[in-house]
This record gives sequence, C-alpha cells and structure tokens, in this order.
Amino acid sequence: MNQVGMIQAHISKNFPAGPESAGFRLDVQFDANPGVTVLYGPSGSGKTLTLDAIAGFVQPDAGRILLGNRILYDGGAKVHLLPRERACGYVFQNYALFPHMSVRENLAFAAHGLPRLERHRRIAELLERFKLTDLAGRYPRELSGGQKQRASIARALIAEPQALLLDEPGRGLDASLRADLYAVILEMKASLRIPMLLVTHDQDECFALADHVLLFSAGRILHRGAPLDLLRNPGTPAVASLLGDFNLYEAEILTLDPGRQTSRIRMFGQDMNGPHLRGCFKGARVTLCARPEELHLVTKAGDNRVRVHQASLLERPHAVRADFGNGLIIDVPRETWREKPDDLWVEIPPGSLRQLRPES
Amino acid sequence: MAAPSPLPIDWFPLWLSLEVAACATLISLALGIWLAWLLANRHFTGKEILDALTTLPLALPPTVLGYYLLVVIGRNSWLGGAWESLTGSPLIFTWRAAVIASTLHAIPLLVKSSRAALESVDHACERAGRSLGASEWRIFWHVSLPLARRPIAAATALAFARSLGDFGATLMIAGDIPGRTQTAAIAIFDAVESGNTRVARTLVIVISLVTAGIVFLANRLERRHSA
Repeated sequence: MNQVGMIQAHISKNFPAGPESAGFRLDVQFDANPGVTVLYGPSGSGKTLTLDAIAGFVQPDAGRILLGNRILYDGGAKVHLLPRERACGYVFQNYALFPHMSVRENLAFAAHGLPRLERHRRIAELLERFKLTDLAGRYPRELSGGQKQRASIARALIAEPQALLLDEPGRGLDASLRADLYAVILEMKASLRIPMLLVTHDQDECFALADHVLLFSAGRILHRGAPLDLLRNPGTPAVASLLGDFNLYEAEILTLDPGRQTSRIRMFGQDMNGPHLRGCFKGARVTLCARPEELHLVTKAGDNRVRVHQASLLERPHAVRADFGNGLIIDVPRETWREKPDDLWVEIPPGSLRQLRPES
Repeated sequence: MAAPSPLPIDWFPLWLSLEVAACATLISLALGIWLAWLLANRHFTGKEILDALTTLPLALPPTVLGYYLLVVIGRNSWLGGAWESLTGSPLIFTWRAAVIASTLHAIPLLVKSSRAALESVDHACERAGRSLGASEWRIFWHVSLPLARRPIAAATALAFARSLGDFGATLMIAGDIPGRTQTAAIAIFDAVESGNTRVARTLVIVISLVTAGIVFLANRLERRHSA
C-alpha cells in the first residue's frame, strides 16, 4: 500500500574513483511521510546527492523513487522524469533567486502555468504569508539573507509542489534569522501535508525541525528514527560519535540481575551499578554511552561516582561543558558550576548508561 | 585649364560594409547562440568536432576559407545550384556572398564568448527554473540568456567589428565589383593600389573610428558585467 503523498526512495549511484577523486557510492533506502524528514550527517555523506536524485537533477544508476502514487524514477523500467515533471519544490543553498527579476517576478515565473486570476491570487497570498508584500518590487541583491530565504521558499511553494526539498536552509543565517526560518518551516509543516526533506549538518537544526531523522554517513543511512529516540538510543558507537556529545565507555560486566533489571559493571577502575544489559554474559566487555547533561557533578564520594580533577571548560549557551580528560564530559548549569579540584566527583546514574551494539 | 577639383568620395563601399556586417552579425548571433547553447548544455557524439569546426574559421587563412566557400556555394556546387534554381541568380559575386563570408568570419567569436557566458550562468538558477516546472526553452529565454546578456552583447559588438573588416574571404567569393560587392576593406586596397591616397585615407579613418567606438562599447559591456 502506498500512502498518498509519501516519498519512497531507493537510490543507488556509483561514482568510480578518478585520477584526482576518490570514488563514492550512494546506496540509501527510506520512506518520508508528510512532515519534516531531516537528512543529517557530515559533509560529503551523500545528503544533497540524495535530494538531487529525488528532484531529478541527478540520475541514479538503479533503484526507484515514488512520490505518492507517481513514479519519479525506476531504474528497472527505465523511467526518469524530468525535474520539471516531478512537482518537487527545491530550496537551494544559495537561494538561487533569479537575480534579474524582482521578488514578484520570481514568484510569477513559478506561477506561469496557472490561470491568470489564480496566478495573481496565489502570488499575493504567498507574498503576504512570507511577509514579502512590501519587498515585492525589490531585486534579490537588495534583500537580506533571511528575506532571500523566505522569497525562495515562497517561490518553491507557488506551484503547489507535492514535496519540498530544502538544502541546508539555515546555512549562512545568524541565530535570530535561524529562529525565523525554523518558525517558517514549522508553520509549513503544520499547514502543508507534504513530505519535506531537509538537509543539514547542524544538530540544533536537526532536532528543532525533524519528525524523523535519517543519519547519513559515507553514502549510507546508518540510523533512522525520531530525533529524541536517536539521542536516547544511538545504537552503535559510530552513530553516537556522529551525533556527537556522547560519553563512550568500555565496561566489563561483573554480575547481571535480570529480575531487578540491573547489573554490576566495572568502569574507570571501580565497580558500579549499571542498567540491565540485554543479550550479554558475565565477564563480557560492552560499550556504553551517556549524554553530558545526564551526568552530575557532586562534592562527595559515593556509589557510581568517579573522582575528577582539572577540567578544560567550554562555555555553552545554557551550561558549562567540562571535559575532565578521562573520557568524562559533563554539562553543568552555569550557576552551579564550581571548580574546586580537590573534592569533585562525577556521578554516572545507572539510568543514563545505554548499551551500544558493536559495529558490524 | 583650372586645376581638377578632387573627385567626390564614393561612400558606397562604406554603406555596403555596414549593411553586410549588420546582416552577418544578426545571422551569426542567432546561429552562434544556438551553437553555444548546444555546446554548453548538451552532450552528444561529435561535440568536439563541432567545437573544432566553429573555431576553425578563426584559425584558417581567409583565402583558404574563401576557397572552401567557393566549393560549397559556387555555381557548380549543390548548394549554389539549388540557390540559383530557386532565385534565378547565382549566389556568388553578390552582396549575399559577402554576408556569408563575414558571417563565417564573425561566428567563432560569438560561439566562444556566448558559450563561456552561458556556462558561467549560475546553474542553480537553471535548476531552480526546472524544479519550478519551466521548459528548457523558457529557462533559456527568461533565465540563461538574460543573465548572460552582457558578455554576449560585448561579443556581438566585436563580431560586428570583425565582419566589417573581412577582406580575403569576401574577395574570393563576392569579388570586387564597384557599386555591387566592393566593401570598404576592398575599396581601401583598390584605392592604395591605384594611388588614390585621399580615398584610402578617408575610408581608413572612418573605419578606424567606427571600430574604435565598437571596441570601446564592447569593453564597457564587459566591464560592467564583471563588476
């Protein structure tokens, strides 16, 4: 069953290594429901290439791309719709507004296929909705970054696309403009029931906007899920390190207590209480992770507490990040941060420890 | 007997040159932009050959070019014969032949510059046009060409200057018929040969001024483009 309006993609494309370039292979398969699906991952992991394959700018070697019940691409049946036949709105990284046209003309270019009255109504509506009415006569060079961004989104929406593709929309915008952009995207998410694919390598953007995250690495999707699920359970060390910010520990299992869903483990040279570890045996070594904000800084020794000394500090907007150099990184609210190197411990609550699968 | 008053200068060659250059520029503009678009946007077999062919007139000696033209559009050729049976008069040794020679002279410049101009257009803009549902034709007229218009206009001005000055190929296929196919460049040669320095000097000065004006214009167009 193919749900109306959803993107189902299986894209495979191979770039053989050249004399001056390493080879690259993209092989991804995913579904994107109406809402925001974020393609998250480091630069060069194939996110934009995936977007371009869906838009039709790049032809995959094999696979199949469906949008609703329309086939955009089918390698086996040799279907490859032209970009203009796909009804995919595309918001480009540099906005790609036509520099020789005013904002209104940019929108009118996109509204070309509509009947005359409908065209005027639709342009006026989108100018209004994206707060561009007063800027309609201006040329792109006379607009700020945020205004260009809104104009390019408005232009992409004119023809009522069945999917919206956004390539790093937050790039190059300062913090307040980013907040505006997020508001625009969240508003679209609520009002348009179409799949929106958003490429980013910015974690804040990913978590602010995503309903669903596809974690890209080296041309593959390493992990997928709701953003908070990803943080709660990164699954593998590779995913944890891509998401950043995780404390990773090697631990040895001393005892397991399935009845009480607990365990005793040995890390940092001391015995600690751990969570229930599924599918493991006594004596095995496991990789665990915890997030910096789940660890506490305390001033007395005790269970699950590790003595720490000198920290290197990083100021963050809402906290101080302290790196104690022994694999322990914690976030502490600024008002409670104290630096008395003689009597500091970090407490690792058993509930913060998550088991990671070894890399396959 | 009074001293002979100087003969009035025959301005016909200059007007003919301007007309021929204008026609040749229009034709090479249309043809050149089309070829440039093909070379910039399409992948096809024989692309490199087409690329080389459009450059060749720039490199070949004009008389060699003229000789080939004689072979292709001469009275005994297929094309020349077809033209003659259609219109009732031969193509060579008319002003039309001069247009063909000048066009060939001007086209490499236009193809090269227009191709570079079209290739330098921000591809994201063209992609944006496609994703918005526009046809390639509409994208070309409303996006690519307007964005490339300055360098293309500059190249057109230079192409006009070049067609104004063609000598060898024009002489080979249009001849030197005063009042019919004698262009300014050929008239200057004739005037110098026959010792008519006054005519030669006048034509040289006028042609130089016109050409200098065009080059100035072309440079301004180019500069404002890069600014």
